[in-house]
Amino acid sequence: MKLPGRKGVRSLFHFLHVSMTVPLRMMKKGSDPFPFLLLVFFCSFYGTANAECLVRGTGDLGIVIERASGSVQVVDTTAKTSLFRVEGLGDLSHASAVFSRDARYAYVFGRDGGLSKIDLLCGSLVKRVVQAGNSIGGAISQDGTLVAVSNYTPGGVKVFDAQTLAQVADLPAADEAGSLSKVVGLVDAPGQRFVYTLYDAGEIRSVDMHDPDKPQMQRFRDIGRLPYDALITPDGRYYIAGLFGEDGLAMLDLWQPQQGVRRILDNYGKGEEKLPVYKMPHLEGWAIAGRQAFLPAVGRHEVLVVDSDSWKEAGRIAVHGQPVFVVAQPDGRRVWVNFAHPLNDTVQVIDTRSLQVIHTLRPGKGVLHMEFTPRGEAVWISVRDADTVQVYDTASFKLLAELPAEKPSGIFFTSRAHRTGL
Amino acid sequence: MLKLFTMLLTLVISCPATALAGVPDAGRQAQLLYLLKHDCGSCHGMTRKGGLGPALLPENLHDFPPEFLVTTILDGRPGTPMPPWRGELSEADARWLVEALNRGEGL
Repeated sequence: MKLPGRKGVRSLFHFLHVSMTVPLRMMKKGSDPFPFLLLVFFCSFYGTANAECLVRGTGDLGIVIERASGSVQVVDTTAKTSLFRVEGLGDLSHASAVFSRDARYAYVFGRDGGLSKIDLLCGSLVKRVVQAGNSIGGAISQDGTLVAVSNYTPGGVKVFDAQTLAQVADLPAADEAGSLSKVVGLVDAPGQRFVYTLYDAGEIRSVDMHDPDKPQMQRFRDIGRLPYDALITPDGRYYIAGLFGEDGLAMLDLWQPQQGVRRILDNYGKGEEKLPVYKMPHLEGWAIAGRQAFLPAVGRHEVLVVDSDSWKEAGRIAVHGQPVFVVAQPDGRRVWVNFAHPLNDTVQVIDTRSLQVIHTLRPGKGVLHMEFTPRGEAVWISVRDADTVQVYDTASFKLLAELPAEKPSGIFFTSRAHRTGL
Repeated sequence: MLKLFTMLLTLVISCPATALAGVPDAGRQAQLLYLLKHDCGSCHGMTRKGGLGPALLPENLHDFPPEFLVTTILDGRPGTPMPPWRGELSEADARWLVEALNRGEGL
């Protein structure tokens, strides 16, 4: 469905009028007009079907999830405008998305188990399957042919053909006793792998999908209690799961999986009183800038700095509230942080050289997500309670544009199509 | 005797008064439903069908005594990601939320 509808309809009528009358006038008197008209009629429909879609590249496009209305907006990050609204995507609380590698299609993972494929150029819902009762996210394979979804109910991962959304594999997350575990932290990894974590069972699984009929699974048990999310480093080497039930993080080196999972930062948080956690941090947003990784501290008003060679703590930065997303600008120079309820009206910017908070923005209540343009000159911020998406200049912190959106949450740009783990 | 009578009278008058004062007003109720949908919803789902946290539909809650649910909201569930909401929510807020959940209000 196209947002500026009127103009489109008018030009369609004009097109039909001209395409039917001009050829008629050109015809010889007395000849049968029917076959010719029929041809023109079908041609014009063929023409309009294409005319509905944009003819352009998609490298500066993206989507904004409208979580409460089950819709997404297709946005243009160069013009800073909305192109389409696509509706009928179901329950999008906690929804996320990945892109086909030609960056034409977005795959949106809804809470209600819905997997939706959206055509960014036509602003249309190509296909939607409800593949489970309760889902949390997904990933696209290294070669772009497979889309995997991680499910809470029934606990496990299902894998689909990226083109048709036909199911190609089912990987139930059963533990030794046969009970199913919720799956979190699903990512793609080099070697046509999907890696994910079992929340209830405390286990990491890495699955080679070269032959979708015969998935090759590696299992890493006893990684720690209640792993609630995970990330993969941008080079696809380290897979790190955050633990809610214990201090520290569980890390798997995918270049040396035979070494198993090791615990890093295990002193972190020991013996300290934690604050109630009103929103779980998102590990997908962990920022890696140069040798430093910036992580949201769980239950603390701090961003943790970690040396990404030794994986030892290198510092802590006091911030406004409990961080939810800690994301680095594409150049790694600054890290942007948003916060959990009830301090979620603020965004802070950290300079990665001085490790100081250099700027504080107050976009409004319910800042849920931040996404940078491909080379980072601007950041798009969703402000749920204000029903708006704000676009800021990352150098001057000036507000450049504001777009209306219904309870916006996740923002995803097509530059993710070419990055491991996103 | 008069003193006792006054005390009893105060009790009789104040009890229903506290009960009345304990029900969040319409504005607060709207705030609570918004919180329930969007903040509780991050773990329990906006439609309360569950997520990392369990589903909160009436059929999921009927087996639990309301007192247990009120305590869970106010003090959290240690050892799980469920945080204590005391400080943000009063006991009356929590009680009203449990009733609203059991009624399936706002679904």
